[in-house]
Amino acid sequence: MSTIRVTAGGDAALETRDVSVFYGSNEAIKTVSFEIPRNKVVALIGPSGCGKSTLLRVFNRMNDLVPTARVTGEVLFQGEDLYADHVDPVEVRRRIGMVFQKPNPFPKSIYDNVAFGPKINGTGGDIDAIVEQSLQQAALWDEVKDRLSASALELSGGQQQRLCIARALAVTPEILLMDEPASALDPIATAKIEELIHQLVADYTIVIVTHNMQQAARVSDYTAYLYLGELIEYDDTNTIFTAPTEKHTEDYVTGRFG
Amino acid sequence: MSSSVLGAVSSRTARERLVRAVVTAAGGVSILTTIGIVVVLVWESIGFFRRVSPVEFLTGTEWTPLFQPQHFGVLPLLAGSVLVAVIAALIAIPLGLGSAIYLSEYAPRQLRAVIKPTLEVLAGIPTVVYGYFALTFITPVLRHIIPGLGIFNALAAGIVVGVMVLPMIASLSEDAMFAVPRELRQGGYALGGTKFEVATRVVTPAALSGIVASFILAISRAIGETMAVVLAAGMTPNLTFDPRESIQTMTAYIVQVSLGDTPFGSIEYQSIFAVGLLLFMVTLAMNIFGRWFLKRYREEYA
Ligand SMILES: Nc1ncnc2c1ncn2[C@@H]1O[C@H](COP(=O)(O)OP(=O)(O)OP(=O)(O)O)[C@@H](O)[C@H]1O
Ligand SMILES: [Mg+2]
Repeated sequence: MSTIRVTAGGDAALETRDVSVFYGSNEAIKTVSFEIPRNKVVALIGPSGCGKSTLLRVFNRMNDLVPTARVTGEVLFQGEDLYADHVDPVEVRRRIGMVFQKPNPFPKSIYDNVAFGPKINGTGGDIDAIVEQSLQQAALWDEVKDRLSASALELSGGQQQRLCIARALAVTPEILLMDEPASALDPIATAKIEELIHQLVADYTIVIVTHNMQQAARVSDYTAYLYLGELIEYDDTNTIFTAPTEKHTEDYVTGRFG
Repeated sequence: MSSSVLGAVSSRTARERLVRAVVTAAGGVSILTTIGIVVVLVWESIGFFRRVSPVEFLTGTEWTPLFQPQHFGVLPLLAGSVLVAVIAALIAIPLGLGSAIYLSEYAPRQLRAVIKPTLEVLAGIPTVVYGYFALTFITPVLRHIIPGLGIFNALAAGIVVGVMVLPMIASLSEDAMFAVPRELRQGGYALGGTKFEVATRVVTPAALSGIVASFILAISRAIGETMAVVLAAGMTPNLTFDPRESIQTMTAYIVQVSLGDTPFGSIEYQSIFAVGLLLFMVTLAMNIFGRWFLKRYREEYA
């Protein structure tokens, strides 16, 4: 299958070529080929169990941690296959960050959460400055600057999620993967995360999984619709929501099923 | 109809009351026993301290209650117990924590399923067996390495007690680490952590309260250990921190007097209660320190 492109220049941050993912013998992603353009927000949508999270984890090799999972095909990142033999998954994850559905701050101080990545990666430089800058970027600095040594678990759910975003930004990734980052949050906290995504896309490429159609429409530039592990349609978000080519896509985005 | 429903409720209430009475009684017995032990310890110790001043007891450097002239300086016994416990901790803590990290983070599930119950079996071996293991294996090996080492020495005792408490540290620490939520590990990996970094900087701190609790239990047990220490270290009260020497621990002294024909009410008889009281205080202090440490450093997950 040829790669589905949404840009003319081919300036892709990521490109998958015939990527399949198997859990044992169950094929959860079926020969998906598409590109993620640089400095854009791409939304992955589709009914529960269609493989959105699995596809997202392909991009930072988190599936390596699932003993039964096997990935075939190629994922090009800056011209290099992330799944080539010589590639170190640890380095991949440093360059391609991830934020999870449920906020998962470490049971450490706010400061130590953000400093964790820079410290283990030996980034060097001024850790205090990195912490401040990352919290600024995640729009959390003003709320926590007076209590950096307090436990991260004292924060509200929305603050914890922004802390997790700050923590991911602190290792200066090029791409940010977000798996339903706002699904556990209330509308106000959700609005803050969406606002944040708008700001971050100037510096990062973002891939976001969401169940919320309005959210996909609001935050993303491009939308990929997955069904039973297949990439049914991939296009401008606007096109997907107003004039999709596939009947299946239309039924899903208009809420007729799923 | 409605009266039978009410009747059922009241018979359940009666059963609730009975259950509560039984568990309260069970709890009461264990509390009363503890209080009883402390009262006896304190009572007999008071008798002892009427004859020997607490200052002499706590600062004296000679312990010769069974010979003339009698000296009741407990420091040699205290030093003996501490020496054995320190050697044991130096062996058991790193190895136990290492095993726990291996089992929880690295070992294949099937291997873990075999090793975990094995550790629990090891923890159940009678300690006198460990004592013979020290005498017949550890000491000969040590004597080969260290020329002039006596049959009875603190080093062999410390090593064997370390081996003895190691499974306990490994098993309890592993429980704590295994219970750390998967999401935290994933968070660590997603930031570019290696397996080792995630194990040592995410999982271990998150499991710290359980890990420290296992250390404290293990050290308390090392201080309280008797048979293995008597067999390996001997019964020579000796104020030294040289592990090659034969020593006597607090527990070993208590056994020595208990097994002898010391008359009831004599000063030698009372001395074992004073030593027992000290042992109790040392263990209590360890537990208090442990609680303080946890409050200060714990990283608790939600
Ligand atoms: N660790 C795993 N082991 C085995 N099968 C898995 C595993 N994770 C996911 N799967 C299977 O792969 C398929 C896709 O799952 P995935 O979690 O990627 O779906 P999803 O689109 O993210 O769903 P949701 O919207 O509910 O989060 C499902 O059939 C699921 O059962
Ligand atoms: Mg999912």
